[in-house]
Amino acid sequence: MRIDCNAFLGAYPWRKVPGTSPDALLKALDRTKIDVAWITHLPSLFWRDPTEGNAWLYETARKEKRFKPVPTVHPGLSNWEEVLSGAANAGVPAVRCDPLYLGLDPAGGEMRVLAAACGAARLPLMLAVRLEDGRQRHPNDHVGELPAAAVRTLIRSDADLRLLVTHADRGFIEEVHFGSTPDEARRLWWDICWIWGPPEDHFETLLGTVGVERFVFGTGQPLRLPDNSIAKLDLLELAREQREAIESKSIQGLSS
Amino acid sequence: MLVDVHAHFLHARTPRADWRERNVSRLTAGAKIGISVHVASVLGSWGLTSPIYFPSPRDVTAGNDALLALQRQHPDLIRGYVCVNPNYAAQARAEIVRCLDAGMIGIKLAASRRADDPLLDPIAALALERRVPVLQHIWQHRRRDWPGQEASDATELCTLAGRHPEVAFILAHIGGGGDWLHSLHAVREVPNVYVDLSGSGVDGGMLEACLESVGVERLLWGTDLTMDTGWAKLRYLASLLSRDELALVSWKNAARIFPPGAFPAD
Repeated sequence: MRIDCNAFLGAYPWRKVPGTSPDALLKALDRTKIDVAWITHLPSLFWRDPTEGNAWLYETARKEKRFKPVPTVHPGLSNWEEVLSGAANAGVPAVRCDPLYLGLDPAGGEMRVLAAACGAARLPLMLAVRLEDGRQRHPNDHVGELPAAAVRTLIRSDADLRLLVTHADRGFIEEVHFGSTPDEARRLWWDICWIWGPPEDHFETLLGTVGVERFVFGTGQPLRLPDNSIAKLDLLELAREQREAIESKSIQGLSS
Repeated sequence: MLVDVHAHFLHARTPRADWRERNVSRLTAGAKIGISVHVASVLGSWGLTSPIYFPSPRDVTAGNDALLALQRQHPDLIRGYVCVNPNYAAQARAEIVRCLDAGMIGIKLAASRRADDPLLDPIAALALERRVPVLQHIWQHRRRDWPGQEASDATELCTLAGRHPEVAFILAHIGGGGDWLHSLHAVREVPNVYVDLSGSGVDGGMLEACLESVGVERLLWGTDLTMDTGWAKLRYLASLLSRDELALVSWKNAARIFPPGAFPAD
């Protein structure tokens, strides 16, 4: 069983990306032997009201059992509590809010209120550090990267909050993990898509220092090749149960 | 057969205490991926006694010596690019002759001098004389100068390539940061510039754009600092290309531009 917790559908505004349709994503899942993808509607991350993409997301996921919707919540809009309760009622595995894409202070009052509401609703909150390498972004794409300090602030702000952070590199993960209490760190999960493998071996190091149980399989596809996260695992000498934890067990625990 | 045209090794006189582990890790991962030959360079002291991209002549020589030692230690597995700093013109030429005579098979230019600068002409002339390719470090679409390097972009490399149409130039790490599409537009009509696929970037659409720009005959597989991304690109290419086309990218294109006999199956 392999679950990709970090997949997108729909066009990216800053460059041409192939394979963004539901059918194309299914083909990519087949090719890479991924059983389930947690999906977000990519275009609406850039809309003034990103939740307007959620209806399409729910509808698309309803038609395909391998898709699990991760709808966006915008705590700066007046209807955000309805969006969150709708997500909870729909049984989604997580909700996402990428504050810098929404023009929000990543550790500000709106995000902390959302964090508390997600904690109360037992819904994991997903955030991306970035979607694309900062060195190659479109000249008009000025959205900042999520600061590690914001993740530390959020995880401290509510004792029931569980965070899933995607597209983080080794330095980011270490800064948050070792800047948190053991209890706080146990409520953080990291997708593996942006972590370097050999010869620098950042991923292997993190598995030893932060713990296998904190990492979940994610790809960032179709913005990134899903083959990368699989190659990263194939290059490690992992026990079967460790690989299963990363590929499916830990994320199932997070979303249950 | 799989040739990694963009590898690096570390050595004792670098800032990295873990240099041995990193070298072993590269070879271990290479064995898993199926890499037959690592064509590698060492950029001086990697910052210990002179900057990575502006290595002193002494560090250039020490780095090349370290690589020659590795090549001797792994004669079937490691080949070398001789790394030079073009600002020290006489030393650069002497170092190229010395290291090619000792068995290296290419020239590595990092970012000590802009690629279109006339100081690179004697180096390109020597590459032609010795029939070796030049691997040029590239910032894909450099819109400004970046600290620590005098980086070049594809347009500047193409200017040099136009002055030396018989020399094979390798545009380094198309996935190594910056706007790869800008580079691919620039190199499309410059037949002696080859694109190395290495770098940490695994953007969806990048490999399709590479194929559209330069075709399967001017692509070279490589890893640079992240071997997992290299393997991912190889796996994805296997789904896009026929077996014969994949062989071109995996090694046959490299065998064509490196000196005869550089690789075991060549």
